[in-house]
Amino acid sequence: MSLQFVVDGLLTGSMIGLGAIGVTLTYSILRFSNFAHGDFMAWGTYATLAVVGAIGATFGKVAPIAPLSFGWPLIVALVVGMAFTALLALLLDRVLFSRLRSQGQAIIVVMASFGASMALRSLLEFTFTSRPTYFSRAIQIAMPVGFGIRITPDQIALLLLTAVLVLGVHLLMTRTQTGRSMQALSQNAALARIVGIDVASVVRVTWIIGGALACVAGVMIGILVQIRPFMGFDMLLPMFAAAILGGIGSIPGAVLGGLIIGLAEAGAVQLIGAEWRAAVSFIILMAVLFVRPIGLFGVRER
Amino acid sequence: MDLLGYGAFFLTTALIFSLVTLGLNLQWGLTGLFNVGLAGFVAIGAYTSALLTTPDDAARLGGFGLPILVGWLGAMVVGGIAAALTGMATLRLRSDYLAITTFGVAVVVQLVALNAQKLTGGPFGIGFIPRPFGSLAETPLLFNLSNLAVVSVVTLIAYLALEHLSRSPWGRVLKALREDERAAISLGKSARFYRVQAFAVGGAIMALAGALQAHFTGFIAPDNYLPILTFQVWVMLIVGGSGSNLGAVIGSILVWAIWAGSGTLTSILFPPEQQARAAALQIAAIGVMLCVILLIRPNGLLGDRPRRPWFGKRAKVATAKSISPS
Repeated sequence: MSLQFVVDGLLTGSMIGLGAIGVTLTYSILRFSNFAHGDFMAWGTYATLAVVGAIGATFGKVAPIAPLSFGWPLIVALVVGMAFTALLALLLDRVLFSRLRSQGQAIIVVMASFGASMALRSLLEFTFTSRPTYFSRAIQIAMPVGFGIRITPDQIALLLLTAVLVLGVHLLMTRTQTGRSMQALSQNAALARIVGIDVASVVRVTWIIGGALACVAGVMIGILVQIRPFMGFDMLLPMFAAAILGGIGSIPGAVLGGLIIGLAEAGAVQLIGAEWRAAVSFIILMAVLFVRPIGLFGVRER
Repeated sequence: MDLLGYGAFFLTTALIFSLVTLGLNLQWGLTGLFNVGLAGFVAIGAYTSALLTTPDDAARLGGFGLPILVGWLGAMVVGGIAAALTGMATLRLRSDYLAITTFGVAVVVQLVALNAQKLTGGPFGIGFIPRPFGSLAETPLLFNLSNLAVVSVVTLIAYLALEHLSRSPWGRVLKALREDERAAISLGKSARFYRVQAFAVGGAIMALAGALQAHFTGFIAPDNYLPILTFQVWVMLIVGGSGSNLGAVIGSILVWAIWAGSGTLTSILFPPEQQARAAALQIAAIGVMLCVILLIRPNGLLGDRPRRPWFGKRAKVATAKSISPS
């Protein structure tokens, strides 16, 4: 068995982990599992793709940055896409989720997110058709780094980006007032309200972080795999499994859970075959629910 | 005559959907258990019954050539067991975990249907499933009508049984658990035990519906059991009004009429190469419809819920307790 699966697993794990941060935050702060989160990913990716196209139309062809497959347009477009996805999440919360939340039935919100997910995905399919597209069709040469492992410059750059983002969100959650408010709200909503935490702004920050990271995860899939309307929906089960494995509400847990699932998937692809990949998340999920339902870093619910 | 035949065909499909919706109504409407993987349970029923009743096939396991009724019973047993296992794994935890797990069940069932060729025939599915009154296939009208009769009888039996169940002591416990879990537990009712039972019976009904569908069309493939099926049934239940069995049936017929009607409309209005896009737009419209109904009329046409504190007089208290920004 070649060690290549480690690189593949870390990359898949990064995508799952970045998405799972959003899932775990929505779950712990807004208290519902958001089935539309995968579609935030897809919308962010298509938005980024559209901006790349617009930049290409304005400035002509831009040469990629030395070893990478993409140039500055993609980086600019990613920032725009992140902002767009965050706005999309805020908008959906405004028109749908917040109204249902105020009626107090958590599970109705879950169902609404399921309906919203169908609608969002089908709109993408309507606009862009279900044919896969790519950011770049250029083929990168993978460099050998020893132990039979090969890695492309794009993959290194994206792994670094993931590490920076995860560290950033972790610092935000633990070192800033906003982050501490978010933790307070997830641990005890009533008490957080009493000490004067601005719930509305915490909810906004939650959607912004979740939406922006979903967009990055989607663009990573777009660069390394392909762009399809179903790309986010297919990530939903791994993301949920990662969030639960890591422990609901824990950011390091979500990322670690994502990496574990990514590595397990990559290992399964080598040992059993790619067609059974999607079952890995389910098996891990069931194992966690039976053995330790609070996850690796979870806190027991009060 | 053609119209009558189509009407029979339409009603048969709608009634099969009603049966799935009735199963979901037992799980969600009566017990408050959220199942977003019901397509998986329908598929389990269809494949079980197909395996039991088809003639022997060298390419895959089984083909046991058993009578159709045995296939239906087998479908209910296997579907019920699958649902019971899902319930046992998750029903002691938060309700969201059940939602996520059922979602996973649908993904895995889809995966098995696609890849376990020895068992399910893979992407090509299973054909030559015996059809009740197959000998009448020469005269389509008679064939359609007799199928409709069979499906109507099964749906009616399921409906009457569920009506009886929901009024029985068992059904009252489920409602009590839905409305106020603590009060029900304090009366000595085991919440988890009752919920697993309700989930299993609901799963069995869904599996039976899958089996009926398989024997009605004579051919099944993994494509029949995509997440869109789950979504359709949810819309049917929400439109009809969760908690009401009659609402589940009426909602199914109504939504299936809208679905089939708008499908015909798009096939007339759009050129062939745009069909896939038009279908996507149709799904998007129904998704928006589900959200709008949840917002403005969460009880549906014939819903029975609302004795919950957050409707009615104590609504303000509940609003203050929730964490909405508004």
